[in-house]
Amino acid sequence: MAMVYERSEGLVNVQTHYCPGCTHGVIHKLVAEVLVELDVLGDTIGVAPVGCSVLAYDYFNCDMHEAAHGRAPAVATGIKRVKPNNVVFTYQGDGDLASIGTAEIVHVAHRSENITTIFVNNAIYGMTGGQMAPTTLIGQKATTAQAGRTVEGMGMPLRMSEMLATVPGAAYIERVSVHSPAAIRKAKKAIKNAFQYQLDGKGFSMVEVLSTCPTNWGINPVDSLKWLEENMIPYYPLGNFRTPGEEK
Amino acid sequence: MSKVLMKGNEAISEAAIRAGCKAFFGYPITPQNEIPEYMSREMPKNGGVFVQAESEVAAINMVYGAAGCGVRTMTSSSSPGIALKQEGISYIAGAELPCVIVNIVRGGPGLGGIQPAQSDYNQSTRGGGNGDYKLLVYAPGNLQEMVDLVQESFDKADYYRNPVMVVGDGMIGQMMEPIEFRPAPKMDLPAQPWATTGTKGERKPNIINSLFLKPEQLEDHNIRLTAKYATMKENEQRFETFNMEKAEVVCVAYGTTSRIVKNAIVALKEEGIEVGLIRPITLWPFPQKAFAEYPETAKSILCVEMSMGQMIDDIRIVNEGRLPVDFYGRSGGMIPTPEAIEEKLRSMVGGAK
Repeated sequence: MAMVYERSEGLVNVQTHYCPGCTHGVIHKLVAEVLVELDVLGDTIGVAPVGCSVLAYDYFNCDMHEAAHGRAPAVATGIKRVKPNNVVFTYQGDGDLASIGTAEIVHVAHRSENITTIFVNNAIYGMTGGQMAPTTLIGQKATTAQAGRTVEGMGMPLRMSEMLATVPGAAYIERVSVHSPAAIRKAKKAIKNAFQYQLDGKGFSMVEVLSTCPTNWGINPVDSLKWLEENMIPYYPLGNFRTPGEEK
Repeated sequence: MSKVLMKGNEAISEAAIRAGCKAFFGYPITPQNEIPEYMSREMPKNGGVFVQAESEVAAINMVYGAAGCGVRTMTSSSSPGIALKQEGISYIAGAELPCVIVNIVRGGPGLGGIQPAQSDYNQSTRGGGNGDYKLLVYAPGNLQEMVDLVQESFDKADYYRNPVMVVGDGMIGQMMEPIEFRPAPKMDLPAQPWATTGTKGERKPNIINSLFLKPEQLEDHNIRLTAKYATMKENEQRFETFNMEKAEVVCVAYGTTSRIVKNAIVALKEEGIEVGLIRPITLWPFPQKAFAEYPETAKSILCVEMSMGQMIDDIRIVNEGRLPVDFYGRSGGMIPTPEAIEEKLRSMVGGAK
């Protein structure tokens, strides 16, 4: 019988710590498969964030470096500058990248560091228990916005891809989602493009992946996918925001 | 080898390059700007990299990344900038990575000033970041010692897999002195099988990390780190003594201040007043061995610092109550004069003899 599906060589065979229905596992899988397909797994150094994916280093079958909250782009800069021939990526959540680490992500794009960032946006702080993120939608409930986020006081949700696409050094910025098999296939293509940009030495590439958090959203896994599609995508439109020579 | 006349900050930079530093990450702050400036010019010529980071926070995290790859790396800053780096320093110590951090101290707290001070003693020796960790902290007293120690720092950092801090002040950073670049004493350095360089499919992934979610594991980690610090404490204490034989008062001073104290000691000797000096060269480990035995003549200790009295606690600990400990200090960028120190010492011995 032909083998139609197996665990990617890019992932270590361990039990997951992610909650049921969480899409981090899917995103890990996509990154791992891309690294194997591009034949760079043995040259890759990943940088893990703080947040739910803090244990990403337990899953990827490549060298990994844990960073402080928000600092992954700076750590990745240090790595890439001394190991320019290695493939370097950061894997960051929205609290990590869009809140405490906004300076680091803006400047890694600004310097056009030749690294790839996988930005997982689930519109909430997961690991710390469901507090509001800069990406939390208006009206969305969080433990620090119990009646739902309002514009007054906390402003509108931050659109990082749109923002980073305005940075001259950003080479490739795309937003994707993993709410359906078709969306997952597109997400993988974008992730592969982003790493290819790095391999071609074109500078900073980032893929923002819209992701679910059934536990902290208080929605079951299937309905979470639907919630993502119906609520997140209208505010965080999917698509490419920047490729070289195509400033949008 | 011939001597060259160099400014302190530039001499630090050149010493680092000669020690094999291949990556420098920094952010401008007075009075250490000649270091990133020199590095920006000279590192690329010497096969190294220089990045002016967007902040001190980013700079130390770039150091963290490069150090994880097993590359000799360095950052420099001044007091408020070092305060911002403390998060990263804690991570680097926790992950047991080698690096060198230079602090050209200025007055504080807060934005403080830009003049020389020694008010970062606690920040350097107590660990400004979170958790149980220690840095090897050198406080050179002149530029020759500065360049020697900067070079040696890279070996010590590699040997212990620990950050090493070199503390100067605005005066030592800005002054010029003749120096000779001498090869540092050779150490047997361990291999770096832990470095993140890519598995090449030939080994299991390396993980640079300081997270231990299981308390038993974190405690084990802390116990192991503490054992390493105990070894450093035993082997790395360094100090100089001066005119201690018949000293009635034992001064304790480091860095720039120790030079001023030496002048005061020479002047008082002409008046028949015998004052000795213990000059800590390592602030951590504090040179306890220098205090094991005092000369029979010793009646008291004077801590002299350009701070409001930060080293005095360490002196009291190693003194174990044997002699009274007094303090003379200036702060805010004010530099003590030999005359003022002499006056203080005269008052301690009951006037001129």
